[in-house]
Amino acid sequence: MIWEMRAQGGLAYAFVERQVALMRRYWLWELVWVVYSITTSLAVAYIGLAAPVITGQQVDAAVTSRFVLYLLVGTIAWRFLGIVFEDIAEIIAWERWEGTIEYTFMAPVPRLTHLLGMAIGTIVRAAVISVSVLFAVMLFIPVDLSHANAVSALALLGVGTLAFIGLGIASACFPLLWTEKGLQMAYIVQALVLLVSGVYYPTTVLPEWLQALSVISPATYVIEGMRRALMDGADLASLWPLVWPALLVGAISIPLGLRLFVAAERYAKRTGRLKRSG
Amino acid sequence: MLATRDAPRHAAPLTREPALAARGVVKTFRGRTRGTTVRAVDDVSLVVRRGEIYGLLGANGSGKSTLIRVFSTLLEPDAGQVRIFGLDVRSDELAVKRLINRVSVEASFFKKLSAMENLVYAGRLYGVSAADARVKVSGILGRLGIAADRFDEPLEKLSRGMQQKVAIARAFLTAPMLLLLDEPTTGLDIRSKREVQTFVRDLRDEHDATILLTTHDLDEAARLADRIGILHGGRLVAEGTTEELTATVGGRDLEEVFMTLTGRRLEEADQVEEARP
Repeated sequence: MIWEMRAQGGLAYAFVERQVALMRRYWLWELVWVVYSITTSLAVAYIGLAAPVITGQQVDAAVTSRFVLYLLVGTIAWRFLGIVFEDIAEIIAWERWEGTIEYTFMAPVPRLTHLLGMAIGTIVRAAVISVSVLFAVMLFIPVDLSHANAVSALALLGVGTLAFIGLGIASACFPLLWTEKGLQMAYIVQALVLLVSGVYYPTTVLPEWLQALSVISPATYVIEGMRRALMDGADLASLWPLVWPALLVGAISIPLGLRLFVAAERYAKRTGRLKRSG
Repeated sequence: MLATRDAPRHAAPLTREPALAARGVVKTFRGRTRGTTVRAVDDVSLVVRRGEIYGLLGANGSGKSTLIRVFSTLLEPDAGQVRIFGLDVRSDELAVKRLINRVSVEASFFKKLSAMENLVYAGRLYGVSAADARVKVSGILGRLGIAADRFDEPLEKLSRGMQQKVAIARAFLTAPMLLLLDEPTTGLDIRSKREVQTFVRDLRDEHDATILLTTHDLDEAARLADRIGILHGGRLVAEGTTEELTATVGGRDLEEVFMTLTGRRLEEADQVEEARP
């Protein structure tokens, strides 16, 4: 049992090592991605700072600072979760583009181990980019984290990551089923989740039918919980009402996503869609 | 020292089953025109014995690569059964994967990664440690004529011939019991082609590897294969040694055998397939 787990760990590590090697080789693109992430996060933060000017109202400096932090938590958490989702959803499309997909799927690696390895690799990448963004933004804008409960915030991010791994795996099925349009479908899913999850605004401002969708998005709970942890120092016990729904989505979406992926792989092998790009 | 069958990483099935046994394999795809289908592989049955090099000869579009994909678990047949060392490719998929490897006509690597990075990664997927892989890779690539100072260059900077040699090294690195070579020398210059052919033959002679080789090069089939199967329109139309084929079908060489069986020279058959809309 322990030997088998070590063996599977070794197989999963192959994908982590490969992801890190690819990050090194594509370092210029990674740099572009980090710069892009920093500038978009800064742009959102400046909207917060400009609130008194935009609204023409006198706003207390502490209120403005809280508003900026509200926006920053949303944008950086979304950056992290978005990378996790994208990288996993792009598993098929990326390997088709590189031309390696048949070799990966021919290797004697259980699909769970393959996807787990990819997920760990992408968490490393998302963490590097998100931490870079956080520190860069703090160089430009004073961020008040004096009340922050970092442990609670990280725990929520961890729970959200599990849920987004499940969603990413399920979305990675699209390119297996529809070779030409599959990846675009995955991006549409991501865009919808962004819209309904309260990344930049409370979900209460959404129309009722979109609020109904926000209930099933794990990001809704994760981002709201991270705000309470980082802005008000909320501990994990008080955040439990936000933790369990995200945990539930993860507990459902990972096994469900894996089943869907395996079924989509079978379909691709029956119809010859594994390799085809069109 | 090459990583081959004499030092297998995976326990081989104890049965004396043939290396590969295919029975009544059929694979159909949707055609380009709505409502049509293409029967890429049509009721193919063949047996590859342990330790032999079996050459599958056919023009472009004859079904060679489809058949190789079925054998390598990348395509599910519509009908028929394929057993690798007695294991069914569908129900024993993971076990079959441990016994095989494949070299395709395209090198298929992460182009920005070096040969060494790609091969260490490939080795890990088959349970070969990074340290072992580095030693084996150096040996195999050296034998294939790739200088050590090229090992760490991004693969996109290597020539097509070198990339194909790295692809062959990837397959041998994992010590497969059955090696599926899908047109491994297509597009290579004469010298690289000869080096690869010599390597394949040496491997069989020194290590008793089982190799299924597809090719549309008559000379390559004659030079390397112990037995040859001729695939035409998805059907296996003849099978035997070169001598048996010339004796039973008629003709002085494989070229004439192919022409008698298909009504075309091999190059003509390729051109007809390439010109198909």
